[in-house]
Amino acid sequence: MTIETKTNRRGFYTQAIFALNTLLAAALAVPALVYLLVPGGRKRKETFVDAGDVSHLAPGAPVELSFQQSRIDGWRVSTEKRTAWVVKTAADKVIAYGPQCTHLGCAYHWEEQPKQFVCPCHASLFSVDGKVISGPAPRPLDRYVAQTRNGRLFLGPLRQFGESTATDETNPERAA
Amino acid sequence: MKKQLKKFLEALDDRTGIPSGIRHFLGEDIPASSGWHQVFGSVALFMILVQFFTGIMLAFNYAPTTGQAYDSLRYIMTEVTGGRLMRGLHHWGASMVIVIVVLHMVQVFIWGSYKKPREATWIAGVILLLLTLAYGLTGYLLPWDNRAYWGTVVTTQIGASVPGAGPWVSRLLGSAGEIGVVTFARFYALHVLLLPPLTMLLIGFHVYLVRRHGVAPQPQDEGKPKKKFFPQQVFRDTLAIFVAFAILFTLAAMVRVPLERMADPTDTSYIPRPEWYFLFLFQSLKLFEGPLELVGTVILPTLAILALIATPFIDRSHLVQVRQRTLAIGIVLLAGIGWGGLTLAAVRGTPPQTAAASIDFSGPVQWMLLKPAELAGLHYFRQENCGRCHNVLRGGEAKAGPVLADAARRHDRDWMIRHFADPQSTSPGSAMPPVDISPAQMGDLAAAVSALTPESGDLLAITPDFVSSGAAVYQKNSCGGCHVVNGAGGRIGPGLNGLAARRTEAWTAEHFINPQKLSPGTPMPVYPLSKKEMQDLISWLFTLPEKSPT
Repeated sequence: MTIETKTNRRGFYTQAIFALNTLLAAALAVPALVYLLVPGGRKRKETFVDAGDVSHLAPGAPVELSFQQSRIDGWRVSTEKRTAWVVKTAADKVIAYGPQCTHLGCAYHWEEQPKQFVCPCHASLFSVDGKVISGPAPRPLDRYVAQTRNGRLFLGPLRQFGESTATDETNPERAA
Repeated sequence: MKKQLKKFLEALDDRTGIPSGIRHFLGEDIPASSGWHQVFGSVALFMILVQFFTGIMLAFNYAPTTGQAYDSLRYIMTEVTGGRLMRGLHHWGASMVIVIVVLHMVQVFIWGSYKKPREATWIAGVILLLLTLAYGLTGYLLPWDNRAYWGTVVTTQIGASVPGAGPWVSRLLGSAGEIGVVTFARFYALHVLLLPPLTMLLIGFHVYLVRRHGVAPQPQDEGKPKKKFFPQQVFRDTLAIFVAFAILFTLAAMVRVPLERMADPTDTSYIPRPEWYFLFLFQSLKLFEGPLELVGTVILPTLAILALIATPFIDRSHLVQVRQRTLAIGIVLLAGIGWGGLTLAAVRGTPPQTAAASIDFSGPVQWMLLKPAELAGLHYFRQENCGRCHNVLRGGEAKAGPVLADAARRHDRDWMIRHFADPQSTSPGSAMPPVDISPAQMGDLAAAVSALTPESGDLLAITPDFVSSGAAVYQKNSCGGCHVVNGAGGRIGPGLNGLAARRTEAWTAEHFINPQKLSPGTPMPVYPLSKKEMQDLISWLFTLPEKSPT
């Protein structure tokens, strides 16, 4: 064996070792990255929950409704209590506000006098249509995507002001 | 550039010693006889590292409690991208490790490499083999499906039968009463907290000893110059690792690892089977009955382990050529034949698992909630080969008829029934032949087609055959006149959801033939079903969810 073929061989071995190890590393790293980073799962459709009877609501007088909503959390479906401030407008439309102030998330409440939503934390005030009257709140109250059917209110996801609250064609899911 | 790299490596070496450490490691002297037969140790080490890696990956999405383990694994397999592959790698990797560890051991045994001064290396290896088996035993429970549960029931009962130590073993494994949360927590802790560091320590010790004594030479090595570990032997090891990993990856990607139904301690029909590498032990138990059972469960395995440990002390002869080690080769062959024979006998002797137990819950199982009419309709769909001209979902191969996924939006059931009976009457010019089934069966077929929606997935592909034909038997005999299944049917008889929890399959079969004997005064008529009908019907009824969906 000449020295030259010996070095050739050595070079081949070294390159092959590097190539095979690179392939091995990739074959483990790529699936792991996909597994950790690529969101999976079926696309979940917006589901609507029955938040209760709103047929007797007086226009212009907000009421706090509480309801159970199931949330998908990895492999678990948990049911949690949620609330909404619901108000019927003059045009018989029902609006449902998320229960947290848009400033820092405190729970606000309705004051009959002077007909405003009041946040106790930093004195943000909202009108009955959710607009900011005064205080540090950066945007109007968040709204649930809402539908009424046969006098009952069905609520979908919570949306910030400006996002579309139009419902798509999905039917409200009946509470089983 | 090259100069800078060299400078950097020198600086790194000054401060850490890593580059020269690697050089020292790769530059090890190995005997001239070294070759392909010595690759197994490296492959075993790599495969164990792969197990660590995939195990950590699985743990990122796994909840180690009996309440959630099954759901989280199902989540990994059905919802996490690449989750099925990851579980496949870990599942098949476990088998690969066992195979390779045994091959490594066989090689060392045949070549006689355990001889003085390498006794400790060998004993550390035997303990590593036992650890590997312990991983298999403890990991088997973690999916918390029926297979896991019932397999572990057998294991823990064998542990409990050890004379003297039995009760203590039970207490240690938390299985003194029934297998439950305590056993599960113990097995999990053993599998992920105790065994891995122990394995790493022992591997470290094992490799250190190999380096200390050097790779075992052969008689023909005397007087020959030594070789270097790098590059030729490193190349061999790497190539062997690559081939082994390629096999593992292919297995993980191609062969589905099933997930059975969630562990059900009340399921009396389940036939527990251990993992394949324990089957020989399982089978050898059958050779010993009554008081002799201890021989199979405890005495023989203990003797075998002791014999392995004692091997280097029993065989103290001088090193000879591999070809002259006929006794060693003979022992390996005998052990192989014994192992193979017992395993084969165990596989042959395995009665077929009930159809209900064979459902793979790692796939979609929406069909479980379908009403009997819809399932029976799927049976007629299959029987009449509707799938030859119709796809259920969009995007399949081009076929003559329309896709059926949203047929229910366009047509009601009456239209469908008229269409089945005489396609041209509802769709002039249609090339569809009339469906040759009874009007009642057409009603079921229409119900099935209406249930095929894009949201429900490919019901036709996922519904097991025995389910649809069982439901067809149910419909043919109008069982729904008296019984409710999944919310449909009459209320004269008991609802059939949850039947599996109330009755055994044998009881149910007997009840069809002789209802008065088992339930005196029942209005249930006698149903002389054929064997196949009975089997399909009962198998399906036993897959029904416990509670009827509303």
